[in-house]
Amino acid sequence: MFGPGIWRFGRITDPMTDMQRLQREMNRLFSGASELYAHDFPPVNVWRGEEGAIVTAEAPGIDPDKVEIAVVGDSLTLSGVRESDVLKEGESYHRQERNQGRFTRTLQLPFQVDSGKVEAKYEKGVLRIVLPRAEVDKPRKIKIKSE
Amino acid sequence: MATEEKDIQKKPAQNPVETERTRSRKVFLPKVDIYETKDSIVLIADMPGVDENHVDMTLEKNILTIAGTVEPEAFPGYGAAYAEYDVGDYQRAFTISDEVDRDRIDARVKNGVLRVTLHKAEEVKARKIAIRAE
Repeated sequence: MFGPGIWRFGRITDPMTDMQRLQREMNRLFSGASELYAHDFPPVNVWRGEEGAIVTAEAPGIDPDKVEIAVVGDSLTLSGVRESDVLKEGESYHRQERNQGRFTRTLQLPFQVDSGKVEAKYEKGVLRIVLPRAEVDKPRKIKIKSE
Repeated sequence: MATEEKDIQKKPAQNPVETERTRSRKVFLPKVDIYETKDSIVLIADMPGVDENHVDMTLEKNILTIAGTVEPEAFPGYGAAYAEYDVGDYQRAFTISDEVDRDRIDARVKNGVLRVTLHKAEEVKARKIAIRAE
């Protein structure tokens, strides 16, 4: 019954490309741990729950007053600046590994955010943003009536 | 996190013995900037998640070790959906030249950044000999 007939509906157009995509994805995953991570600053972790999501970002040494957090619909934008020490005449760097300068990152969340209830905290160089899911976007439980 | 599968087989030991940390947690090298001014060397290390109570600095002979411990993030009722960084401790060591005054090392932590100022010893400053071109 569910034999080759389903292909005719066009939903699954070409099973080979899906396989190839999967293979490419696997190769990317196993080619090195560094590939797993985005190279954007700040790196973020996203936690999901029923009430919404929590985004944490490691952004040490930034001025929390200069960080802008914008929430529009289902997207979150973080922007700010990371300043480095200004060297005087005759001073020189031995090493310079920390990234600096302006940064902007936009994340798309899988739901609409109630932008009025977003809370952000910056502690010990870690930014934590609590993004509650908008009431209208929450899944409704549908009761099944039995007669 | 899923519990790791325990290996029943004995593991061969390393020779020379490799020292391990007692806590089974990931350890990262903090990113640092080091610059030199006329009378000091400034070391700045990114250690997000570390505050003044969780950072240790030791100077043994000429090795300066910085270490920080970070409590892993956990939010009850929330599950990890996407990750770009790992949470773990920090450790890094540097060899310090003799020109640093061992008794005058200042360290501060602010917003997850450790800033160490290593003052140069007075005698070293005085020992500099000016060389003139003929």
